Amino acid sequence: MAHPTAAVLEYHLVSYRRTWRSSALSSFILPLLTMLSFGVGVGAYVRGDVAGVPYLDFIVPGLIASTAMQVAIAESTFPVFGNFEWIKIYFSQVAAPLRIADILGGHLGFVLFRILTSTAAFLVTTALFGAVHSWWALAALPVAALLGLAVAAPTFGYAASVPSDNYLAMLFRFAVIPMSLFAGVFFPVESLPGVLRWLAYVSPLWHGVDLIRAATLGVAPAWSVAGHLAYLATWAVAGWLLATARFRRRLTI
Amino acid sequence: MIVARGLVKRFGSFTAVDGIDVEVRPGEAFGFLGPNGAGKSSTMRMIGCVSPPSGGTLRILGMDPRREGPAIRARLGVCPQLDNLDQELTVRENLTTYARFFGISRAVARARALELLEFVQLGERADSKVEPLSGGMKRRLTIARALVNEPDLVLLDEPTTGLDPQARHLVWERLFRLKQQGVTLVLTTHYMDEAEQLCDRLVVMDGGRIAAEGSPRALIERYSTREVVELRFQAESQEEYAGKLTGVAERIEVLPDRILLYVTDGDGALAEVHRRALAPASSLVRRSSLEDVFLHLTGRTLVD
Amino acid sequence: MVTALALPRLLRLPAAGRRAVSVTERNVVALKSSYWVVLISGFFEPVLYLLSIGVGVGKLVGDLTLPGGVVVTYAAFVAPAMLASSAMTGALAETTFNFFGKMKYLKLYEGFIATPVRPFELALGELAWAMVRGSVYSAAFLVVMVAMDLTTAPRALLAFPAAVLVGFAFGGLGMALSTFMRSWQDFDLMGSAQFALFLFSGTFVPPDGYPVAIRWLVEASPLYQAVVLIRGITLGSPGWSQVGATVYLLAATVLGLVVAGRRMTKLLCK
Repeated sequence: MAHPTAAVLEYHLVSYRRTWRSSALSSFILPLLTMLSFGVGVGAYVRGDVAGVPYLDFIVPGLIASTAMQVAIAESTFPVFGNFEWIKIYFSQVAAPLRIADILGGHLGFVLFRILTSTAAFLVTTALFGAVHSWWALAALPVAALLGLAVAAPTFGYAASVPSDNYLAMLFRFAVIPMSLFAGVFFPVESLPGVLRWLAYVSPLWHGVDLIRAATLGVAPAWSVAGHLAYLATWAVAGWLLATARFRRRLTI
Repeated sequence: MIVARGLVKRFGSFTAVDGIDVEVRPGEAFGFLGPNGAGKSSTMRMIGCVSPPSGGTLRILGMDPRREGPAIRARLGVCPQLDNLDQELTVRENLTTYARFFGISRAVARARALELLEFVQLGERADSKVEPLSGGMKRRLTIARALVNEPDLVLLDEPTTGLDPQARHLVWERLFRLKQQGVTLVLTTHYMDEAEQLCDRLVVMDGGRIAAEGSPRALIERYSTREVVELRFQAESQEEYAGKLTGVAERIEVLPDRILLYVTDGDGALAEVHRRALAPASSLVRRSSLEDVFLHLTGRTLVD
Repeated sequence: MVTALALPRLLRLPAAGRRAVSVTERNVVALKSSYWVVLISGFFEPVLYLLSIGVGVGKLVGDLTLPGGVVVTYAAFVAPAMLASSAMTGALAETTFNFFGKMKYLKLYEGFIATPVRPFELALGELAWAMVRGSVYSAAFLVVMVAMDLTTAPRALLAFPAAVLVGFAFGGLGMALSTFMRSWQDFDLMGSAQFALFLFSGTFVPPDGYPVAIRWLVEASPLYQAVVLIRGITLGSPGWSQVGATVYLLAATVLGLVVAGRRMTKLLCK
């Protein structure tokens, strides 16, 4: 018999078959369009190189990381909230012989699947544009997965706690969009003024961006690799603990 | 109040209402009875001026719904089958904002909301959200909302479906009081006791047509007998006993689990059954109800 | 003959307007604490884009020379486009997602049309509400632009009604579009289309560099026209292209409202 976590993952994959077209569009085409608009369009107006490479090559790794983050958060806000409040799937799952860890692990596994497929497709496309400089770029995928978990796990906990979906919209406004705009995707964080720069360093996205940029360009990252990985792993583990606690409180009383 | 002649409603090739004639007089409570899919709700929507008729004529309050929709709706109160209350507003706000759609001033709307919430016994929940209310409370709020413009004619689509017995009786009692105040009520239902309680006159609809029309009493007299005897025999099939019952009743209906005898004198018929040495496991003599009429007219087959 | 036809229509107008306002009122009453935060936070999004792309990426780009020969900073070039897109986003948020939810899932409008309110008045009332929301965003953003010295105060005053017009156009179009939506999944598609408009409507670079076919497509898009109108006011000297853009946006508003009213009648008054 399959592991119960795998059964939960299978459920999410099966229901994904109904909606994959529209979600594939937004998680693949949109970063591609962003790359064309900024990398190619604005890039034509950028004077000289940025961090020693053309502007397109500079923002592509940033966009890979930010795609991983956006897919991760999109999949762990409304879907998780809806599974509690609207379609109440979690309650029917907990009525079956599943543990909290299976429900959470199975759903997070699905989020991981979404992150990996979206970033892999984007990575291959950008390689065709010549924006990828090294075979190290393959390392971008596990990094994207770790970054995704680092933001998805705490978001699961958040979505399981908030009283209305307006709070999910606020997460996008106050966390996701500021991170995508200021965590080193479009321009080096070094040009940010003091406090803002430190905020960028605190965000998980910047650590993902720095690692993936090092990977696709085949250079050393600004920070130590181990430091980046440990930081992201801390977010993922803390998020998992938070989410488990929140799920347990909602599903078992 | 309402005059319909040859009223038709089609959705594409499907005919929901197939040429019905209806007349509702001021001050009466008029019922549409029928199984699901009989065309009751389509008829109600046409009367509510939110669904243009596909054929025939319809006059409401002396006006033409096609041209004078807003003027007619200004004098109607509508309680739809499914509560479509505003979940983002409180109980009180549901009434006051709705009143504004009728051009009622804020001060009057506030006063009327207070009055109506007392009327439907929701005064204490005035500032509560809608979502946590029970089904019965939501229904009462929807009814209160339908009364916010002091309508001359109130349309109620299955007003008590899904409510518990206490809630049903409370709704009936409030509707009865409205009727006493001279408000004309038009309602649909598939509860026979509801129709018998509330309606002065009713039509039974089936397959988009009117199968029968009259007061509850008149319909029972015409389509059923005064009393019904229900017999259950302990046997594989009730069928074998049916043959031995010939002549006992005006009409015999054999169901999988029991036999119904339609008779004028129930006790006499039961005595005759025992005299023929047929020993039913259980027996019941009751007055004939609208339910017997309804099943007789629309059949027992389940319609979904 | 003409008066005989027009008079009853005119007489009906005050009542129709009042009913449309009562629909707007409902939205004001429905404003609750958490929704307020979302509403206010909507203002920050274009400001963040302005700071990130206009200022942050602007440092990499430097100054731009406009077709008229005027040299402007990249931030001053991007700012009017952000104003136009924020007017678009604000208007679309109310008229698509929220509108669809109220119509299809909350069944709110079925209750509304049982009253004297007619579908067209309902559409008008909802659009007016979207405009209130969008106008507040636009005004706040213009204050930021003046404070950052990206335009002058008189130009900002003139740009405000232009931004409101942009809101009307997108509000009308959004509402019309929503009546064709089948499920939430369709909104994913619309969100993608909206984002594509945001990226390519002359917002971040002048469309001069695009291939001819794509350039035509871009120039026909409502957001491009909105950007032309507002950029002309905040940066250059308004001319014929601004007049053209104004006519375009007015036409889009009317078209959107008429289609929305018709479609709603069809959907609600079955």
